[in-house]
Amino acid sequence: MAIPNGSSTSHEDIDAEIDFSDIEEKYRVDFDDGFDSVIVVDDVPIIDQSKLDRLLQKIAKDFSRKGAPIKPEDIFVPWDDAADKSKGYVFIDLRTPDAAAFAVAAMHGHQFDSRRQFKVNRFMDIEHYANMDETYIEPQTEEYQPKEHLRAFLTDPQGRDQYVTYRGDDVDIHWHGKPSQCEIAYSKKGWTDLYVSWSPLGTYIATLFRQGVRLFGGPSWEPQQRFAHPLVKLIDFSPCEQYLVTWSHDPISVPPNLPQGPEYFSPEDEGNNIAVWDIKSGHLLRTFPTSTLDGEDPTAKKQMQWPALKWSADDKFTARVTAGQHISVYELPSMGLHNKKSLKIEGVVDFEWCPHGEKDRDEADKASAAGKTKKARENMLAYWTPEVANQPARVTLVNFPSRTVLRQKNLFNVTDCKLYWQNQGDFLCVKVDRHTKTKKSIFCNLEIFRVREKDYPVEVVELKDTVTDFSWEPKGERFAIVSSNDPNLGNPGPGITIKTDISFFQLDRAKNDFKLLHTLTSRTSNTIRWSPRGRHVVLATVGSSSKSELEFWDLDFGTEDRREGQVVKEEWGSGIQQLGSADHYGVTDVEWDPSGRYLATSASAWRHTLENGYAIWDFRGQEVEKHLLDRFKQFIWRPRPRTLLTKEQQRQIRRNLREYSRAFDEEDAAEESNVSAELIAHRKRLVDEWNAWRAHCKKDIAEEKRNRGQRINGEHHEEEKEEIEEWIDEVIEQIEEEVVE
Amino acid sequence: MRPILLQGHERSLTQIKFNAEGDLLFSCSKDHVINVWFSHNGERLGTYDGHNGTVWTIDVDSQSKYLVSGSADNTLRLWAVSTGKCLFTWEFPTAVKRVAFSDDDEQVVCITEQRMGHQGAIRVFKINGDGDGTNQSEDPLYMFHPIGSKATVCAFSYTPNVIITGHESGKVALFDVSTGNEILNNERAHMDVVTDLQLSADASYFLTSSKDKTARLHDTKTLKVLKTFSTETPLNSAALSPNRPYVLLGGGQEAMQVTTTSLRQGKFETRFWHKVFEEEVGRVKGHFGPINTIAVHPAGTSYASGGEDGFVRVHHFDDTYFRAKPYGDMEIED
Repeated sequence: MAIPNGSSTSHEDIDAEIDFSDIEEKYRVDFDDGFDSVIVVDDVPIIDQSKLDRLLQKIAKDFSRKGAPIKPEDIFVPWDDAADKSKGYVFIDLRTPDAAAFAVAAMHGHQFDSRRQFKVNRFMDIEHYANMDETYIEPQTEEYQPKEHLRAFLTDPQGRDQYVTYRGDDVDIHWHGKPSQCEIAYSKKGWTDLYVSWSPLGTYIATLFRQGVRLFGGPSWEPQQRFAHPLVKLIDFSPCEQYLVTWSHDPISVPPNLPQGPEYFSPEDEGNNIAVWDIKSGHLLRTFPTSTLDGEDPTAKKQMQWPALKWSADDKFTARVTAGQHISVYELPSMGLHNKKSLKIEGVVDFEWCPHGEKDRDEADKASAAGKTKKARENMLAYWTPEVANQPARVTLVNFPSRTVLRQKNLFNVTDCKLYWQNQGDFLCVKVDRHTKTKKSIFCNLEIFRVREKDYPVEVVELKDTVTDFSWEPKGERFAIVSSNDPNLGNPGPGITIKTDISFFQLDRAKNDFKLLHTLTSRTSNTIRWSPRGRHVVLATVGSSSKSELEFWDLDFGTEDRREGQVVKEEWGSGIQQLGSADHYGVTDVEWDPSGRYLATSASAWRHTLENGYAIWDFRGQEVEKHLLDRFKQFIWRPRPRTLLTKEQQRQIRRNLREYSRAFDEEDAAEESNVSAELIAHRKRLVDEWNAWRAHCKKDIAEEKRNRGQRINGEHHEEEKEEIEEWIDEVIEQIEEEVVE
Repeated sequence: MRPILLQGHERSLTQIKFNAEGDLLFSCSKDHVINVWFSHNGERLGTYDGHNGTVWTIDVDSQSKYLVSGSADNTLRLWAVSTGKCLFTWEFPTAVKRVAFSDDDEQVVCITEQRMGHQGAIRVFKINGDGDGTNQSEDPLYMFHPIGSKATVCAFSYTPNVIITGHESGKVALFDVSTGNEILNNERAHMDVVTDLQLSADASYFLTSSKDKTARLHDTKTLKVLKTFSTETPLNSAALSPNRPYVLLGGGQEAMQVTTTSLRQGKFETRFWHKVFEEEVGRVKGHFGPINTIAVHPAGTSYASGGEDGFVRVHHFDDTYFRAKPYGDMEIED
């Protein structure tokens, strides 16, 4: 066959036509010209022949002392034959490029004697600098481009919330409001390689690519910032959106052609996994290795803690724990270790920063407005240490940066502790797990610190069962726990659904302790989701193949407004009421919208492939919308920043709620009638079209039958014929009516 | 709407049919037996024994006199409905996949499979109603081999000698049986094999179901798609409900994948869709296997579904079904 020959020539033709010079330029390999290991040392004393040996000895000794061992033979001294003196510089061959690099770093600026400092350069660099183009080129001043407002989404006239969905390769950003106002705000294919994430105040959306992280924002979703961290897997924003932490499983490597600058990794970062970035400037602040305990087997894969760096609520500090040794707190924006030393705490396992409540923020605002320098409240962090060497386990509250210990509580027979701050920073709950005497099961105590009160009183709630989930009511004095005494707890298997009890507790103001409000027994719920505004709570069974219940509860049912009036509860726990229940098969994620009006549940293809998709419910458990979408992966509401209204304004609005709601009710009613009118008109049109078509069909068939009838039964009676004709007349009249319409 | 469960088959159902009055219900299955039932109480009237393979298809004439059946034993049989006697047997080289009577009961169309080197064929037989019915002609009145994708379902249209076919590729076509010519086709009617085809009362439009998870309503004359009903499961059958503007769709996971999927995920429900608005109205659960075939009583008072699970479920509609006006007062022509 002649094909191979023919094809090969054609290939060459094609090759010849294409200009590869740009690719060749890009991938040009730098030839190793053998001078990589040579350095030039300048400002060496000019000497004559007699002192040469002594000079060489001295240089070799100085180099060796700084850790770059060389022999006098390696030094080449250029000789000025006319003056019979050396020229004042020497070349040294260090054998390897690495050794040369080290020698440059170590010996540059070395004080040789009282007058002279060595100036050390790589031989290659000399050439490089000599060839440099010295003409100055005026940099182009970039024209000012006004940027879009990053929080423009808050000015939506209809006050809608946004959410993002990620399905297949498609990322869609939706508006969510009344049924007629739901629409897609933006949609892009292949916007991310891994997943998407909102920043905590909803300003940016982050998408992850092989090359790094990109942030987008503004009404047209322009790229805002990028962070080149190759193969990034996890990201974490600081609470005020000033900084970003990224993590990649692969250690950072710095290829030789990597551009230099504050936005890029430099050789010192090589081998680290965690990077901290400044979001506004895009600059890299610092990198860290993933912390592993010394002496611990690095191959034994322990679940890595994420976020690896925990931020204080005001973005002033970030801290990470080295398990068993210390907590390192870094100051921002310098990212330097605070006071140059870590908090040394033997055995420390975990810690949490105290969140800032609205009170703290108001005070801080007030203080700054009044120009006072007195700080409203210091940052606070809580940590716990297990029992070590005759010392009981301990939970400690520390002020930062003063590092004063505020409260310590000793605990005995502790297996594990978990720290839960209430989101206003009013309470800290320490969930203490202890083994029973048989060592087989675990029971729980809750140690609750009342942080706002003098001397930080601690309350203990004793429970008999294992607590699997704990959750504070946002801005509230209540919490909910999931507890279980199911024997299957701890050994999950397919088809096993663990029976659980859900209990609600509330602070009893009169007695100042936490009392049980209500217990729901024999449930399967394993997840508690409080509405971000409190009061409403959803209990969900997540991750089970057979159960997928959602229960919607109201804890203040019948009480008009507990924040407004000092309503005296007539009966303890009487306000608890189930509003509704629902079912979303295969649910994997449950999330409230920032306003607390809607709840979204989703079944992500990352967990399983059964009935993927998402649903949105209102707070009563009524389904608002549901979409079954195969390859559905992610659903996230866009967070909203803190309100700008003052306390007084908020109170005003609450007082005039009736008037506002009347306006909204009218709007709703108009909307509803509008929608239904539209729908009815649409249906009417469909029906009319259908009926017209049916009439047309009937006429056709009648005609056809008549033709056939004539053809087949040619000798019909005339009377019969007449009858048929009359009937046709009627039909024609009908058609005329249609035309008139 | 408590269903009557007809437990007369040992294997999965292939087709069920009401007679013209709706008092009898015929069912055939992979267990070689054809059953006839009283539709109002589910009592079994009798069986038609004789086939030696899966009975793929049945049809009954408008007088409830004759029944035809096609089977995987490569035969087409004519039965006397009242006696259960086999009146005549036609033999073919391959299995019979679909049969249908014409409006005037004088003709029967049948599709034989393309297999073992034999081409798929469409044959039309003339049924001789004189005498006891055993005097039938061996040879078909017309026979032709449709070119291209093989035909899976067929029915007579209201024009004599014109049949409607549904094909494996998703094509829907009109054939003139006297010449074997394709009069008209719609290649893109469905994206996957057409599994069922049922005509409206006057045959002016018809409903098809397909494995592409949709059912569609077509104009018989132009083959234009009038309405589309999209579900999330492969469909095996679709039926029109007389007097009420609904269509009934049935299907479910492929039979071979049933053992690996949960009941919930299988979606073995009969779905009611509004014929004109293309909106789902409701579902009826019950089968624990895919639904293979659905038939609606000619008066629209009940419906029956036959499943891969071997059961036929007959549902008599409640009064509320007729009284309910979920879409308000609208006169919709049947």
